[in-house]
This record gives sequence, structure tokens and C-alpha cells, in this order.
Amino acid sequence: MSVDKDTVAKIANLARIDVPEERRESLAGELNNILNWIEQLSEVDTDGVEPMTSVVSQPLFRRADKVTDGGYRDQILANAPTSEHGFFAVPKVLE
Amino acid sequence: MTKNLIQGITGNWEIVIGLEVHAQVKSESKLFSGAATAFGAEPNSQVSFICAAMPGMLPVINEECVRQAIRTGLAMGCKINLRSVFDRKNYFYADLPQGYQISQFKDPIVGEGTIIVDLEDGSKKTIGVERLHLEQDAGKSMHDQHPDLTYVDLNRSGVALMEIVSMPDMRSPEEASAYFRKIRSIVRYAGTSDGNMDQGSMRADVNVSVRKVGDPLGTRTETKNVNSLRYVYQVVESEAKRQVALIEDGGTVKQETRLFDVATGTTRPMRSKEDAHDYRYFPDPDLLPLEFSQELVDELKEALPELPDAKHARFTADLNISDYAANVLVSEKENADYFESVLAAFAEKTGKKPSELATACANWVTSELFGALKKLGENISECSILPSHAGELLALIDDGVISGRIAKDVFEFMLSEKKPPAQIVEEKGMKQVSDTGAIEAIIDKILADNEDKVIQYRGGKDKLLGFFVGQVMKQTGGKANPQVVNKLLKPKLKG
Amino acid sequence: MTDLTKLTLSQARSGLDKGDFSAREITQQHLKAIESAKALNAYIVTTEETALAQADNADAMIKAGTAKGMTGIPIGIKDLYCTKGVHSCSASKILKGFKPEYESTVTQNLFDDGAIMLGKTNMDEFAMGSSNETSYYGAVKNPWRVGDKDYVPGGSSGGSVAAVAADIAIATTGTDTGGSIRQPASFTGLVGFKPTYGRCSRWGMIAFSSSLDQAGPVTKTVRDAAIMLESMASYDEKDSTSINVPVPNFEASLKGDIRGVKVGIPKEYYLEGMPVEIEKLWQQGIQWLKEAGAEIVDISLPHTKYALPTYYIVAPAECSSNLARYDGVKYGMRVQGDSLDDMYSKTRAAGFGEEVQRRILIGTYVLSAGYYDAYYLKAQRVRALIAEDFNKAYEICDVILTPTAPSAAFALGDKLDDPLAMYLNDVFTVPASLAGLPGISVPAGLDNNGLPLGLQLLGKAFEEGALLNAAEVLESAAAFTAKAQKWWL
Ligand SMILES: [Mg+2]
Ligand SMILES: [Zn+2]
Repeated sequence: MSVDKDTVAKIANLARIDVPEERRESLAGELNNILNWIEQLSEVDTDGVEPMTSVVSQPLFRRADKVTDGGYRDQILANAPTSEHGFFAVPKVLE
Repeated sequence: MTKNLIQGITGNWEIVIGLEVHAQVKSESKLFSGAATAFGAEPNSQVSFICAAMPGMLPVINEECVRQAIRTGLAMGCKINLRSVFDRKNYFYADLPQGYQISQFKDPIVGEGTIIVDLEDGSKKTIGVERLHLEQDAGKSMHDQHPDLTYVDLNRSGVALMEIVSMPDMRSPEEASAYFRKIRSIVRYAGTSDGNMDQGSMRADVNVSVRKVGDPLGTRTETKNVNSLRYVYQVVESEAKRQVALIEDGGTVKQETRLFDVATGTTRPMRSKEDAHDYRYFPDPDLLPLEFSQELVDELKEALPELPDAKHARFTADLNISDYAANVLVSEKENADYFESVLAAFAEKTGKKPSELATACANWVTSELFGALKKLGENISECSILPSHAGELLALIDDGVISGRIAKDVFEFMLSEKKPPAQIVEEKGMKQVSDTGAIEAIIDKILADNEDKVIQYRGGKDKLLGFFVGQVMKQTGGKANPQVVNKLLKPKLKG
Repeated sequence: MTDLTKLTLSQARSGLDKGDFSAREITQQHLKAIESAKALNAYIVTTEETALAQADNADAMIKAGTAKGMTGIPIGIKDLYCTKGVHSCSASKILKGFKPEYESTVTQNLFDDGAIMLGKTNMDEFAMGSSNETSYYGAVKNPWRVGDKDYVPGGSSGGSVAAVAADIAIATTGTDTGGSIRQPASFTGLVGFKPTYGRCSRWGMIAFSSSLDQAGPVTKTVRDAAIMLESMASYDEKDSTSINVPVPNFEASLKGDIRGVKVGIPKEYYLEGMPVEIEKLWQQGIQWLKEAGAEIVDISLPHTKYALPTYYIVAPAECSSNLARYDGVKYGMRVQGDSLDDMYSKTRAAGFGEEVQRRILIGTYVLSAGYYDAYYLKAQRVRALIAEDFNKAYEICDVILTPTAPSAAFALGDKLDDPLAMYLNDVFTVPASLAGLPGISVPAGLDNNGLPLGLQLLGKAFEEGALLNAAEVLESAAAFTAKAQKWWL
């Protein structure tokens, strides 16, 4: 598996990071270096091994259904780059 | 079975439909935060730091939402998975503050089941349910408030949704909307969602494809966020026609996401760019697998209220109500509840068994009451007539205190004066006269005043009986008990 | 007047207790020392006003007899912790100007116990780095130098270690995802302690990799680490991965006695081409523990070599998702664009540094359709094997001794252009991180250049007490007393 310029463009788009055309080639090289190194994992026999998502083995805590939070709009909007009339505001989206 | 097929130029086409229904879970607070879920609040007033995806904020699951999902699964007869996993569905959108939606992908809380839908011709059809999973709702983008900005309100962000995914088992617009109606009915009976489509708490993504009968599945389109039974119908109808026309014209259907345009009753592709969706699902490392015991499931099952199918069965089998009336009553939980309250009051007042009274009660509710509500433009929850008063009215008829005809007048007064029927009957002197002495006196007077007609009757003109009855009713202002009148009148006329 | 900045945490605690000096005095001395140590770039911001107010409050607590272990102790807080109303940006440009309206659980615990915040310490951007050179606020300089040459303090908690090593904080909070407390502690002659995953709440910590991130203290001594961890740790219902176990009195487990304790030596940690000094120090450590009465056991952790590649799948995958929220909508910086997507892409390109972008892209790739099974799922299976290695090892030993890092601190800029060489810094720390186990780095010696080297002890899950006890014995055997020359004065 090897990453090329187009793949870089594709994943950069998925990740919403603007990667200029002239940077894609070199970035593909950097990512390939890392991916090639990572690929040594394929040596490991993992047949029948359950994937481990968390080291924690306790039941998931479930909270009671009560309203205990919210109701502080000014604090929610306090750090927003743009807000108007109590809303966050972003460049217009066409659906 | 050609009625569901579309006649094309090249032959008959079959429509294949699958629905993904999103139903908002009935809960006080959100799926992963303690912010409120109430509808119609000021923008961003029901938002916690978690709902706004502030740095370092973590989700903590709401126990009631888990129970609601289990209840819904049980109500649809689905397999409940004692272990399920929350995954992140990664994509960027203005009203998705985390940059991902917490959902369930590989291991949903509820697995397969089936539901039965009623079709207009009285037939039933079984539709498969593939799964139900819990997930977060997104916020709301408003595109029409400012010339170059979209406004974002996060009040809905993080509200719990149940996504109920059907098998591609539906074959007509009617089946699709009947399925949607049935899902709505089930969640409302189970008390797990209010199914309110106007407020966006219930909506469907409608997947439609067409194929020649016997062919493999065609390419489907997904029309998003359809929020009424009628729109589901229209989406299927217009989308199927469009696809058939497109294919017969030599084109191919594109797998895409579409939007329903209410104004034209047709669908159009979403304008926002659909660049290769790759959601990169993976288990949310901020959460652990959701596990619960079979005991919890059993306990919830035990406590589940009676569901529409069971209620229908009980109405027809135990109460001898007609299939049609049972369908009408069961279709909305409020209707059935109202009917049962009326019947209980009716039975209590008369001391008779509900099964003896049920048909009269069902007839009155479905014709008299629903007719009146329709005229008033009200639904059952807005109805001013208390079930106990309705039961009282029916008991007055059954006990012979008023006649069925007078009952209509009493009902009118109940609607306008909001008083108990017995009081109205009393105040307005509408009681049926069954006093034989009083009626006899009136009969005697009428016979005396109409000697000629008595002679004609006795001469064989039986039809005149109606005249004499009419006279008695007229003289008593309609209150004479017709049975008593008949019983007394006939021997006197014969002489 | 005595120099109060030289005190250890436990010394400061007893001085405060006895009334030798006040919290205000020790705080003022530290604030002054910070002023003169700007060359290190250890702090991103300082919070003098808060510090003095907290100091007065601490003095009142001491007077009232309600003092706790951390009361009156001036500390630095890694910029990754959200502190209410104070700069909390994880040293990233993308969070520029962000001041949270809430306080992280760990800092709240510390402040409730009377700790004093001097400021927010520098770090690698979003904790991604092993040299503290990826910070938007510039590299941190290691207080230890060789001649005039500047060295890195390690990372990502580089500002936190530099501050303690330079005596401009009695102690600091760090965070450790793959070694970010232990490796920098080793580079600066300090104690760095990563507790068991789930011991401290992650609520209010700006996430890098959720399944690995863990808070911990950076201190001058093992005892100090015990005192500080006890304050930081708590079960927190706001963090579903925080573990519901009681927090013991860690200091009470420092018995100075490890007779009969079984110390495992994993053969896989002997690396090809490992500097001789490190190997020698490790042997020395084994000797010290043996002399203290421990039993040395050879153990095997067969999947050790796969830990780093596993880590470099899991951590970027999680970070690619965790960092999706930095999109210019709700907080931080925004670069205008002609559409929403354009705004996202420009904001994130301008706001994230090179290393962060690299990891987000790797993470996006390993989760994407067609690669998920081969990379992400595979890594999770190998992670399970790594954890299983430790489970087996702990059947025959109680703690594990290894070097902390494969080298001493390196010169600024040395590994900046070689991500893989940089990643190798964490080769000894990452396996325990993947298994969620506690680990501590203890200063044990100097290399030929006179730079500090640490030894790492790993423990069983939630048995931090036993681990600290062994660490203290190692500490006293090593008797590391060297200090960085204060060249910045
Ligand atoms: Mg859908
Ligand atoms: Zn959904």
C-alpha cells in the first residue's frame, strides 16, 4: 500500500486540511515512510485476537435522565469567531 | 399482484423501498449531556459545553435513552443486543460541532425484527426491521436568515435519536407510508418517542430503486428527512417514476442523496457536494461498550404497555368490535385510550359487562364523537368531552333515560355547555317519558280526537300506526319512550 | 532569605506547615524566578493575580488547619488542561485566544486542595511530539546544557519539566499519551509519573488520543509524585473511562523496603545499537534494586517491537477524529473562505502545525474505507497482544525495570526533519501506555556529556503504591543530586 499525490489530496480533503498542490508530492513521501514502517505489524499473527479498543474493563456508567446542564448561551458563544443574534455564524451553505 | 407495478414502455417495473426512520427519543435530557431537549427554546439556550464540543468535554450516556431504545426494540419484536458499541461517524458540517456523530455502526443495541402493516384493502403485510441504533442528532442550520451567512443553533445537537432501519421490503408508496405510520404508532404506544413530525422529532430517509420483476436490485437513491406520511408517499411515487423514465430513456440512476421539494412534490439532488462519503467509523474511545442484563430487558418487557397489534386483537376478539372500527380506534393511541375510558365509565354506570357495551360505544366514538371533532377541526387530545361524561351519556341511552335521538341533542349541549349529560337532561327536562299512566292518558286523548282514523285503522289500514306514534311523540316533545308507546298503543287501537 | 524555589514539594509542605514561610512568599519567589527564566520558554502564560489570590487562600487554609498535601504549593499547569478563564490552547495556533468557561477535573482537584497555579506550561502542539519543538509558542529549552549548546527538554510535557528543573515551579502537571511525562522527566533529571489509565479524569483535558491520554505529575522526588498524584486522581462520573476505585494514600506506601519484591527485566528492551551508557545505567539499576533486597526475574514481553508502530496507528486515528472539532466555528481561529468547506480547509491548514497535520492525515488514512482492517483493526489486535504480554509478565514479577528513553536529551533541531527518528524516543514508554499501565521515570545518572538519564519502573494496574515504593528505593540508591546550571540568570 503506497500513498501517492492523489491519495494525499483525497485524505487531505476528508480531513479538511488545505494541502497546496506543490506540497502533496513531498507529503506523500513522508506519509509513505511512516506507513512502510507501520507495515511491520503484518508480521504479527493476530488470528483469533479480539481487537482492544479500551484498557478499561468496567461497566459503562449511565447517568440519570435529568436536566443538569445548559442554559448558558453567553458562555457557549463566548469564544466563537462569529456569532449573531444568539447563533453561531458560518459562510453560507447551499443545500 | 400487478397493481403495485409501474407500466413502462419496456414492460412492468417493480419499486423497491427501504426506510430509515429517525425518531427522537422521549427523554428530559440529551443522549450524552444533561442539557434539556424541550422543543422551541431560544437558540443555543439548551446547549452544554459537551453539546458544543468544547475542548476536553466528554460524553456520558443517559440511562433512560438506553431503556427507551430497548423498549422500542421490544415493541417491534426485535432481538435486543445485551452488548452494543458506540462508534464515531466522522464528517464535517456546520451543525455537527464534534466533527463526528456518535452513533452505532457494527454493533447496534437492537437487531432484527418484523412489523405488520395494515393496507387500505384490508390486507396485511410483514416488513422486516434490520436494526435500531442510538445516535446523536445534529444542530440546526438556518440558511435563510442572512444573505451570506448560515446561522447555527445547537439546541438539537446531542438529542437522542433512534434510527430504525427497515429491510428493502416495501413495494409501493402505500406500503411505505403505512410502514412509516406503523412505526410512529408503535413508538407512541411504547411511549418512547412522541413521533411529532412537525417538530422534526420523526422523519424518514426514503431509499427507492426500481427493477424489472425478477431482476437484481437496482441502484437506489436516498431522499433525506421526509417528515410526513403524505410526503413519503409522494417521494416514492415521484422517485420511482423518475427512475423508470430515466432508465427507459437510456440513462442510469445515480446513487445519490436527494431532497424532497414540498412545493412540486418531487425530489432533486442535494446541492452540497457529495464528495465520496467516507465516514471512517471507529469505536468511540471516550465510551465503553454498552452492556446490560437480560433481567433489565425482561423487566422492561414486562412493563411495556399494550401495543397496537395486541390492542386490535383484544378489541375484536374480547370486545367483539368490528375489524374496521378496531383499526380506526387503534391507529392513534389517544383514540384507543379515549375509547377505553369511555367504555369503562359506560360499564361502571350500567353495571354491565364491557363486551356487551363495546360495539355501541365504539360506534358512538367513531361516528358521533369523531364526526363532531372533525367538524370542530380538533383532535382527540383537544376534545372537551370528558370520557366519563361520554360514558354517562351512553349509559343514559342504555338505561332508557333518553332516546338515541335525544342523545344527539344532549351531546350538542355537552359540547357547547361543557356540563355532565345527566345535568343537561335534568335541567332541560329531556328525560324520556316511560310512565305508562301519563302516556296512556295522552294516547286516549289522541284516539278520542281522531276517531275517524281509528276506524280506518281497525278497517285494515295498518299504515296509520305510524301516524299515531308520531302524534304521541309530538305531544311529548319526543321524550316518550317509543317502546312503551308501541306497547300501549297497539292494544288500544285494536279496541 | 532562603531560596524557597529550591524546595521539594514535601519540604515546602512541611515549611508551610511549620510556618517557616507563607504560601504568598513561596509564590512570590517563584513568580520572580519565572521572570528571570524567560529564556527557557517554559511558560506560555503566567497567572500572577490568580496565583497570589490562591496563595492567600492557601495561607488561610493553613491557618484554619484545613491544609492538604498540595496547599500552598506553587505549580505549573500544562497548557493542555482547561483552566477557567485562562489561556488553554494545547500550544496550538488553532485554539488561539481560547479561554474555557470551565475547569478541568484534575486542576479543580488540585485547586480544591489549595495548590497555586503559576501559569500554563509550554508543550508540543496537542501533545504531539517528543522534543517540545512543535509548539506554536516556540521550542522550550532544556535547563541542562552542554557548553553553550541548547538541548530539547523532551516532550510533549517539555515546559512542565523545564519549569521544575529550573526551579520555577515546585511541581507541574503533565500528560502522558505515549511517554510524554516520562521521557521529558528523564531528559531533565526529574521524576515523571504516569498513573494507570483511568486513575485521573480526562474531563477538561484537551484530547489527543482518548484511549491513551493520562494525567500525571512532574516532580523533584518520588515522594512529591505520591503527594501530587493523590490530589490529582479521582473517580469522575463526567469521564466514562475514569475508573471507580478509591484513591489510596500513596505517600503511606513509601516504606523504603522492597525486600522480596520481584523486579522483571524484559529482554526485548535490549535494543540493537542502544548507547552503552544507557545499558550500563540499566545494569546499575538492577544492581541497586538487588542490593535493596529485590529479586530479579528475567521476563519476556515478546510484542515490544510492535508497540511503536501500533501506537502510530492508534494515536493518529483517534487524534484525526478528536481534532475534527477545531473547524473555526465555535472557538479559536478562523480563516475566511468562500464556502464552509473552504473555510474549514484554510482554517485547519493555517491553524495546525506540520506534525499535527501529518498525524491527522495518517489517522484519516488508516481509518478510511479499504484500510481500516489492515491498519486500525490490526493495530487494535496487536495492542491486545501487548497488553497480554504484560499480564503474563506480572504473573511472575511485581514491577518491571527498563531505561526510560533510548538516549539523553538531544540538541534542539536535531531530529526535527526526521519524524521516525523522533518517534523512536518513546520506544520504552509506549508499550505500557498501550496496556494502560502505570510507569514512572526516576533520575538515575548522567551521560558522558553530563546530561541526565532516567530509569523507568512499570507497575501493575492500580498498584501505584507498590510502584512508588520501588521507585523511591531506586531513587535513594541512585542518589541523583545534580542540578542544571542556571545559565539563564
Ligand atoms: Mg440515512
Ligand atoms: Zn441516522
